[in-house]
Amino acid sequence: MTTTERAAASHLLPSAEPLGLIAADGSPVPDPTLELPDGEVLLRLYRGMVAGRRFDTQATALTKQGRLAVYPSARGQEAAEIGGILALRPQDWLFPTYRDSMAVVARGVDPVEVLTLLRGDWHCGYDPYRANVAPQCTPLATNTLHAVGFAHAARIKGEDSVSLVLLGDGATSEGDTHEALNFAAVWQAPVVFLVQNNGYAISVPLSKQTAAPSLAHKGIGYGMPSVLVDGNDAAAVHAVVEQAVARAAAGEGPTLIEAVTYRVESHTNADDATRYRDRAEVEQWLARDPIARLKQYLTDRGLLDDARRQEIEARAEAEAATLRERMNVDTELDPAELFRHVYAEPTAALRQQAAELTAELTTGDRA
Amino acid sequence: MTAIAEPTSTSDTLTMAGALNRALADALTEDERVLVFGEDVGTLGGVFRVTDGLAARFGEARVFDTPLAEAGIVGTAIGMAMNGLRPVVEMQFDAFAYPAFEQITSHLAKLRNRTHGRVELPIVIRIPYGGGIGGVEHHCDSSEVYYTHTAGLRVVTPSSPADAYALLRQAIDSPDPVIFLEPKRRYWEKETARLDHRGSTLDRAVVRRPGTDLTLISYGGALGTTLEAAEAAQEEGYSAEVIDLRSLSPFDLDTVAASVRRTGRAVVVHGASRFCGYGAEVAAQLSETCFHYLEAPVLRVAGFDIPYPAPNLEQHHLPGVDRILDAIERLQWDDSAPAAGGGV
Repeated sequence: MTTTERAAASHLLPSAEPLGLIAADGSPVPDPTLELPDGEVLLRLYRGMVAGRRFDTQATALTKQGRLAVYPSARGQEAAEIGGILALRPQDWLFPTYRDSMAVVARGVDPVEVLTLLRGDWHCGYDPYRANVAPQCTPLATNTLHAVGFAHAARIKGEDSVSLVLLGDGATSEGDTHEALNFAAVWQAPVVFLVQNNGYAISVPLSKQTAAPSLAHKGIGYGMPSVLVDGNDAAAVHAVVEQAVARAAAGEGPTLIEAVTYRVESHTNADDATRYRDRAEVEQWLARDPIARLKQYLTDRGLLDDARRQEIEARAEAEAATLRERMNVDTELDPAELFRHVYAEPTAALRQQAAELTAELTTGDRA
Repeated sequence: MTAIAEPTSTSDTLTMAGALNRALADALTEDERVLVFGEDVGTLGGVFRVTDGLAARFGEARVFDTPLAEAGIVGTAIGMAMNGLRPVVEMQFDAFAYPAFEQITSHLAKLRNRTHGRVELPIVIRIPYGGGIGGVEHHCDSSEVYYTHTAGLRVVTPSSPADAYALLRQAIDSPDPVIFLEPKRRYWEKETARLDHRGSTLDRAVVRRPGTDLTLISYGGALGTTLEAAEAAQEEGYSAEVIDLRSLSPFDLDTVAASVRRTGRAVVVHGASRFCGYGAEVAAQLSETCFHYLEAPVLRVAGFDIPYPAPNLEQHHLPGVDRILDAIERLQWDDSAPAAGGGV
């Protein structure tokens, strides 16, 4: 690379302030670099976020009732969760984490199948190939590499498919993220990295996670364009992800997006956020609520009246009721299933162990 | 997309590295989903030249160098396999594969199970392993049990050029992920054999040398030494059967137990450390299944329980012929002299 090219590489840097289209009070913020989604898309974003939050609340309630083993809430992150997903085309792929159940449901996966993992019935309850959603990733950042490989394979096969990978601020410290960003840039793979910077990796704040000016600033180190966006502004998240997907699909390579948002709840129901952060901080972020601001914006423009809003809320309520009902049915697990998908065909040793377990379950007592 | 190749009808004389190269070339020819990538595998042809000439022949889209990052190599291979390709990746040396350990154990091994069989990962990870080549530190680990202890992986290791060809072809065809361990001390040994990958040998042990008094069980780099020891034992009056396991996971208990039930004595030989080494599993399974046939405890001849030594000391660590012969003599012959009439 020449000196001139290196100097020109500053275009890879993110903006100083997060990009946004709709401010916290619902007023528009014109941005010449971003296209405001049309009214229909904005309504879909609103509907998706309302449904997402209701799903999240329901899952938290199911955890309290003992129906889920654990639930990591994404409350407050609806704009990043839904904004990114709705920017995908049907042929694109999503590589989510454990906190992204809301996004997976928004992508069209049956919520009961999504919650199989957190219910503890199996690890991944859905068929990844049905809605183009990889299994939710529990070890941090490992999914970034899968997304890059998947995207690169699509390119090799001549298929028009972009991979969107979700990760958090903590995951950006993992080696796999570094390797994934590097591989993606070297290969110019059609992949979009959407970092949801929600302020905390369980209890560790961003200040202890990185000394970088922003997480998006990491992109230039890999030669990758980066975008810093207001993660509580669904319109802006949608716009930047849509742009990045279009770039990737056009063969122009990967993009790193940092969406600045906030985890309103604890890490999971098993965590206690009051041990590491002040209520005042949470209150500040509640005032920047992603749903309230889009509601305000749509209402002010006559795109959302009371009837429409009630219909959207009623539908979310009905979906939650159905989910509750279905999750309250006890599942029957087949222990023989344990041995079925270890290899394509069970080995002799596994067949014998399966028989041993069956005998154990049949006799009930010690032989 | 996959066609069955006509087996090479004439015999070839080639090294294990050459046989592996042929296997990769044939797989790349027959199945366009097969990709080969890793560090230095492109232009250079790999530090052991196993991928020599493949990039030029098949193009950089299918045989290519990656950035230097092992987790990245395996992690992206997983994504590619999820998208219908069949990656064959190289870890440059045994100990250099450790950065990929999480991708291998948490994802490669488990994704089929985690998804009820919906995600299949037909990936082969080739790892040159073991000592005996005078390598400096971190270039000589026998890392097999890290992988055999992980459910969901097949672990295979050839000991000869013909087996290297057959096993690698079958590993690439396998729907399961395969850790393919290449004993680097055997890379340059030549063999004249017909290359053929048909038939099912991927999970079968093979009797390399028939015998009647005892069974020597080995694999990979230690197999050659074990065969030498069997010849030397013959001169001392012991008829030793030698089994080459080939597949470490799954373990072909049937073949091994059938031999041990005939001979009544067994020694497991490997270069890896003894404690919790592969021999421990073999000995345990033999005592569970062949106890009443055994005339003596199953013995292990293995490396010491030490970090792999510096090259000028490695000859003390790796089991040699004498150490195997010593173990044979300790198989409690006093009460039942071997059929050949020799013994202690």
